[in-house]
Amino acid sequence: MSKRPVTTKSDPETTGHEWDGIQEFNNPLPRWWLWTFYLTIIWAVGYTIAYPAWPLVSGATQGLLGQDTRADVAAEIQRYSEANAPVEAKLVAADLNAIAADPELANYTQNAGGAIFRTWCAQCHGSGAAGAAGYPNLLDNDWLWGGTMEDIHTTITHGIRNTEDPDARYSEMPKFGADGLLEPEQIDQVVQYVLQISGQEHEAALASEGAVVFTDNCAACHMEDGTGDRAQGAPNLTDAIWLYGGDQATLTETVTNARFGVMPSWTGRLSESDIRAVAAWVHSRGGGE
Amino acid sequence: MSSSENPPALYAAREPVFPRRVKGQFRNLKWVIMAVTLGIYYITPWLRWDRGPSLPDQAVLVDLANRRFYFFMIEIWPNEFYFIAGLLIMAGLGLFLFTSALGRVWCGYACPQTVWTDLFILVERWVEGDRNARVRLWNQKWDFRKFRLRMTKWVLWLLIGLATGGAWIFYFTDAPTLLQDLIHGTAHPIAYLTMAILTATTFFFGGFAREQICIYACPWPRIQAAMIDEDTLVVAYREWRGEPRGKLHKGELDPAQGDCIDCMACVNVCPMGIDIRNGQQLECITCALCIDACDEVMDRIGKPRGLIAYMALKDEVAERAGGHPKNVWKHIFRPRTILYTVLWSLVGVGMLVALFLRSPISVDVTPVRNPLYVTLADGAIRNTYEVRLRNKHGETLPFTISLQSDTPLELTLEGSDKVVVDVPANDTKMQRVYVTAPAGSPAAGKERTEIAIVVETRTNGERVARGTVFNGKDD
Repeated sequence: MSKRPVTTKSDPETTGHEWDGIQEFNNPLPRWWLWTFYLTIIWAVGYTIAYPAWPLVSGATQGLLGQDTRADVAAEIQRYSEANAPVEAKLVAADLNAIAADPELANYTQNAGGAIFRTWCAQCHGSGAAGAAGYPNLLDNDWLWGGTMEDIHTTITHGIRNTEDPDARYSEMPKFGADGLLEPEQIDQVVQYVLQISGQEHEAALASEGAVVFTDNCAACHMEDGTGDRAQGAPNLTDAIWLYGGDQATLTETVTNARFGVMPSWTGRLSESDIRAVAAWVHSRGGGE
Repeated sequence: MSSSENPPALYAAREPVFPRRVKGQFRNLKWVIMAVTLGIYYITPWLRWDRGPSLPDQAVLVDLANRRFYFFMIEIWPNEFYFIAGLLIMAGLGLFLFTSALGRVWCGYACPQTVWTDLFILVERWVEGDRNARVRLWNQKWDFRKFRLRMTKWVLWLLIGLATGGAWIFYFTDAPTLLQDLIHGTAHPIAYLTMAILTATTFFFGGFAREQICIYACPWPRIQAAMIDEDTLVVAYREWRGEPRGKLHKGELDPAQGDCIDCMACVNVCPMGIDIRNGQQLECITCALCIDACDEVMDRIGKPRGLIAYMALKDEVAERAGGHPKNVWKHIFRPRTILYTVLWSLVGVGMLVALFLRSPISVDVTPVRNPLYVTLADGAIRNTYEVRLRNKHGETLPFTISLQSDTPLELTLEGSDKVVVDVPANDTKMQRVYVTAPAGSPAAGKERTEIAIVVETRTNGERVARGTVFNGKDD
């Protein structure tokens, strides 16, 4: 037996819905809620008139206020560029080797240079500048083309083996195996010799024959003692640092097919002050000469 | 069908509260507490404390721009924020302690909402008169007199609000300078904005919202209600003594009648607008004004005081059964409150020890993990660390950085061929530090080696060592 529902005359009518004897009052929405709702509608109308809103075929309505987030971004960039203009001018005018000693320039290059590196350089050299196979580690004290401020500045300005820039550093290692310059046995011998001069495990008999091969074919660039030549970007083969790898298999691959690492020129993409900032940043990371 | 079966309305319109003036011991205590707390609040920013030429001389200062907090002889840096956390823990435990012992004593006496509302009601009474006059004024139509009284009251409230908001901003910058700037109109817009917001909230919370803040907006009543037990001293009505209540007829009491003469004094003085005789209520902030009001009436009709009094609910039950109440101190000192006291003291002692043992230099060492290590041309392994040096002295000091390890390792500083770096007074300096393990050394070939970077100030003899890890090339 269900009790009669508790209702009074002042109650609103029911919606007619009933579930298990429970009826639903047709209560009006609270007044404050309705008014808020109407206000949002009025606001929306005004907003679509004042701001870009309605999508058209190509673009959207402009809005009466002429607001444009792209223009805002451009203005903000402009504002920062203007704020940085004096220090950038000072950086461009400064002697490359005096940047680190000037507190203002050092502070600017540490912050701006780091940001530029992470934006443009990190894709190849890694966000921590530690490089990857084929992409030099910029933190160590071994440099292919030199690690002074001038060297780094030149590398960034013109690139490496960048055929579009005549001033770019250029060199080409012959494909000793692929082009038949050396027999496979000779390659094995010279690889053993390189393992020897870099202080790794090697077969002494092969290596001593490899020394002859090295003198005849490699010493022109890598020097007689294998310490390399920065003028030609020829790596030092006696140290612990390898760009592509120092094990037997990788060395065989390198001698057979050669390597041809390319770095683009940043002139035109980065301003002179940006190039100087990122050069100073790289120079400060522990390997700078 | 009776109307009592109807569900109550979901919305209750506010019943305006017109607290009547009351005299008595608790009222006096509240006046004293109001004077002391407001005095502390308004005067503190003006206290001076000499810290030498390079630091501000304001005794209590939250220096947001320079990220320092000064409290008399104590100076807190952002990296020492755990002191603030410790204070908050102490405040929490203190609240637990006071609530379990004395109920909502914070709400009734010390809460800013209570103190300022009390002050606003005082102003209201000065301007518009006591309860009856205020009720009449509320009900009457607007005329010149009502307009004049209301305007006077509101202006006074606004001035109090202005002083409140004004005092707040003095905690964040040098007070005398800011006051001059405020008067000359040259202060920072944020100062004016903060003042305006706090003036408005003080005006609205103290003048109009009042008890509604406690009932609807504040979470403490809920939390504190859960912390009160049958031993807690709360403001309660001795129902067994007061009931059945009845009016006093020709100055004589009907013997069958209880002590309560239904004079409504307790209700009329209540700033929360409740009737304490209905028992414990969420709204009651235990301000004890009803105790003063009732005692005054009991004195007049020649009955013993304490029809409404501070008591433990356990005692209320005991008395009803004809027993005697426990000694008040036995309610206050019981395992629960003793435990809170011990915890509170432990945190406090720990904080004091930490405060007085802290070094005026502070060092943080973060190993750079991108990359973990760098192989150098000769096969040596180099790690990089970001060392954050903080000099809390008032003068620039040379910090000497060295290494503590069991294996041969070499330490160098980035951008310097020395191991000494000058850190400016009251400042932080970030120095990148290189640690190199020679080729073939134990650390170079081991994945992890525990080391410590040691920072010393030779002139002052302070020394801080921070443990960290050297990552080798583990083939």
